[in-house]
Amino acid sequence: MIRTPLRPLARILPARAKGENPDAIERENLNRRHEEIEAKARVRAESRLLVLSVSFLCAFVVIGGRMMMMATSEPSEPLANAQGTVIANQRADIVDRQGRILATNFETHSLYAQPPQMVDPLAAAKGLVQIFPDLDEKKLIKNFTGKKKFLWIKKKISPEQKQAVHDIGDPGLLFGPREMRLYPNGKLAAHVLGGASFGKEGVNSAELKGVAGVEAQFDGYLRDPANGDRPLQLSLDLTIQAAMERVLFGGMRLMSAKGAAAILMDAYTGEVIAVSSLPSFDPNDRPRVSIPGEDPSENPLFNRAVQGVYELGSTFKIFAAAQAMDLGLMNPETIINTRGPLQWGKFKIRDFHNYGNALTLTKVIVKSSNIGTARVAQMIGPLRQKQFLAALGMFDPTPFEIVEAVNAQPLLPKQYSELSAMTISYGHGISTSPMHLAAGYAVIANGGHYVSPTVLKQAGPQLGPRVMSPVTAAASRQMLRKVVSEGTASFGEVPGYAVGGKTGSADKPKPRGGYYNDKVIATFASIFPSNDPKYVLVVTLDEPEVFTLGETRRTAGWTAVPVAAELIRRVAPLLGLRPQVEPAGFGGVTLTSN
Amino acid sequence: MTEMVYGAVPFGDGEPILPKWWRTIDKWSMSCVMILFVIGLLLGLAASPPLAARNGFEPFHYVQRQAVFGGAALVAMIITSLMSPTLVRRLAVMGFLAAFVGLALLPFFGTDFGKGAVRWYSLGFASLQPSEFLKPGFVVVAAWLLAAGQEINGPPGRLWSFVLTVVIAAMLVIQPDFGQACLVLFGWGVMYFVAGAPMVLLVGIAGFVVLAGVLAYSSSEHFARRIDGFLSAEVDPTTQLGYASNAIREGGLFGVGVGEGQVKWSLPDAHTDFIIAVAAEEYGLILVIIIISLYCSIVVRSLLRLMRERDSFIRLAGTGLAAMFGVQAMINMGVAVRLLPAKGMTLPFVSYGGSSLIAGGIALGMLLAFTRTRPQGEISDFLRGVGR
Repeated sequence: MIRTPLRPLARILPARAKGENPDAIERENLNRRHEEIEAKARVRAESRLLVLSVSFLCAFVVIGGRMMMMATSEPSEPLANAQGTVIANQRADIVDRQGRILATNFETHSLYAQPPQMVDPLAAAKGLVQIFPDLDEKKLIKNFTGKKKFLWIKKKISPEQKQAVHDIGDPGLLFGPREMRLYPNGKLAAHVLGGASFGKEGVNSAELKGVAGVEAQFDGYLRDPANGDRPLQLSLDLTIQAAMERVLFGGMRLMSAKGAAAILMDAYTGEVIAVSSLPSFDPNDRPRVSIPGEDPSENPLFNRAVQGVYELGSTFKIFAAAQAMDLGLMNPETIINTRGPLQWGKFKIRDFHNYGNALTLTKVIVKSSNIGTARVAQMIGPLRQKQFLAALGMFDPTPFEIVEAVNAQPLLPKQYSELSAMTISYGHGISTSPMHLAAGYAVIANGGHYVSPTVLKQAGPQLGPRVMSPVTAAASRQMLRKVVSEGTASFGEVPGYAVGGKTGSADKPKPRGGYYNDKVIATFASIFPSNDPKYVLVVTLDEPEVFTLGETRRTAGWTAVPVAAELIRRVAPLLGLRPQVEPAGFGGVTLTSN
Repeated sequence: MTEMVYGAVPFGDGEPILPKWWRTIDKWSMSCVMILFVIGLLLGLAASPPLAARNGFEPFHYVQRQAVFGGAALVAMIITSLMSPTLVRRLAVMGFLAAFVGLALLPFFGTDFGKGAVRWYSLGFASLQPSEFLKPGFVVVAAWLLAAGQEINGPPGRLWSFVLTVVIAAMLVIQPDFGQACLVLFGWGVMYFVAGAPMVLLVGIAGFVVLAGVLAYSSSEHFARRIDGFLSAEVDPTTQLGYASNAIREGGLFGVGVGEGQVKWSLPDAHTDFIIAVAAEEYGLILVIIIISLYCSIVVRSLLRLMRERDSFIRLAGTGLAAMFGVQAMINMGVAVRLLPAKGMTLPFVSYGGSSLIAGGIALGMLLAFTRTRPQGEISDFLRGVGR
């Protein structure tokens, strides 16, 4: 870079030598440079100003052109679509295993108001209240005459209501088309389906969003427009579900229980054919969720079969027996000391009745001896018991595909001591959901493989890892059969279906520790037909109470078992199982008593 | 100095003020401004009765006020345009200081009229918006600084003016008034551009803006949705924008007829931010094109006249004023035709608003004063042989 000196020394020095004043030279030089800079700046600015003018001209022309395009385009009814987001309102149907509709969409309208366009807000409010008695006229008038420019009045209205609103004739009352979710079967399978509500709402459409059950679990699948014509097929069977809900409801009323749950599961595929929790609700009109302070498990929305965890009592005994046999510690005829009470530290384990000093393992299960099972658990030890129960899936939430299932985290003792192992062997100290229990019984029923309970229709058997040997499973099935044929579950006998199962009557824990002595959870976990079991059925009644033969009875044998038997009687033919009626004259020899 | 002028007869250039003004003023631009003002009154007749009805005044209350303020604005414009550039600069710098103090004191004494932004002083009969008066003053001060920065041994004017711009923009953002802040930044940018911003810097800034936009679009879903929503052809009919586009469509070429428009009843800002929509609906495309060409000719004519200007202060100040005026009009109309995202900005000289009108009058007066024909030293150039 060539620097121009600030002072032209070449001229100043000679001037100085001549005795002239160099200031004039300096000023002249400065002036010259100033003019040079000015001239340069002016030339540059000239071109840039030209660029600027042209850009302004272009910008104005663009605006004018755009104005012209808009002005000459036809005024069309503008599409309501704020911010360019597309609200997908399609939602795939849900069908049962036979393709019958469980959930579908239905076209309806929402009602909204634009008060600035209203002609007569007072008359409109009055008319609306006549059509919809639940609306508050004062509030409507306030909204219509206030500053609001837009408000929703009703999310869904029927065609008749729509016509009636039309007849009011106010231009400020407008309708938006809606797709609503419809559950044509009402309360059937309510807990599995869950329900859907509106998410993002626009004038012309609203998003349908699953809020519970499979609707929430498979929300992504159901909303995917690509799946619009591919319904979600569940493992449920509508007919059997209906039969189950009817029988269970009757049983619950008969046994004066405050709640009930039942699960019917395919032992090989893990498919849940029917599952019910009572009290129920209508997914078309979901009740409110429980407010803080209320016990959520008393809300009809609460799914007792999948979501609730309970101490399921003696139904667990078969797992201890099966494990002892699987480990080779015992066989069905091993004699076990059942002298009571069993003292362990400061705790005493007692039986419901005194069953004598010694029983075989089979009899321990058949009579449901807590002491006998506890002794079996002592022999197994907490470590091995833990591994076995974990393999049965008793320590994790079930993989059942509804959103509520993850809440069913089994409750375990903090310290898994030998005492815990003993109480857990007869189903106290561990709280699981009935769904866990059904999955555990499926292992015994299918010959020793774990199957994950699922709500989706499966193509074939879905056998998981082996948990016990087929021999153990067969021996356990025989024990379960004997519980029904000669033990605590004798009311569970259904001619021709060789029901096997285990009762469980667990005292309900008090909220502040300890147990009630007059409130039980009565459970009957069963498999049928027990010579070649296809299905697992678990029935649980919450606080049943029945007055029979001169006393108030709460145990499962008197409550849950008869309900389960009635259920099997009703659904087994629907499932396509033929009763195996023994030929007359064979004199007490049945196919299943060997 | 004193002895040089002592006893000298005061000497003028011998030409009376008004004839000189008439000879040198940009008569075309001035006529355009007058026409714009008349159009503003005409549109006020159409757009403001609904507002008057809402606020319980007689139908043409706002038109009368507009006429009064507009008259004052025209007088201010003519008086300002009579001044010499030096006088304009002196007064503008003082005005700028006053407006700056006013802006700084807004958080303490200002009022927001329930609109959420503290921008006004309430004077009882009218309200005063200091930022409107600040803008022309700011342009003059910044141009002065930039021009001084170009002189040999001058102050670092570019840096000072930049700091001043950022401070003012920050104060406007605090109100918050992003539109005016952008306008101030833009005005300074244009002046800096004309004052000789290095090409590398300009290209760099342009590249950075594009890059930042692309990055923001690809990384932020929210931003992307905003842009998509703005770009999409459809618009929610219940928004102001929706009403405005619909009004323009309804208007067509010749409009639905005087007083027949509907949009003014649904748009709360029909008399200010969306007055162009009212114009388009009632008078059609014709009037809109006229309005656009009026703005365009004021801006482009002024810029072309400034090309001949030799004084760099006058050139810069004129450029800043013309650019701000033009951009404000462009943003207002660009929003209505959905070329730009929604931003509240008045249409200068047409929209209703006292402060905006009078400040606009002063600003245009300054612009007219700066674009007056002046001897530009062509003869001396010619004599020295340096001219073209």
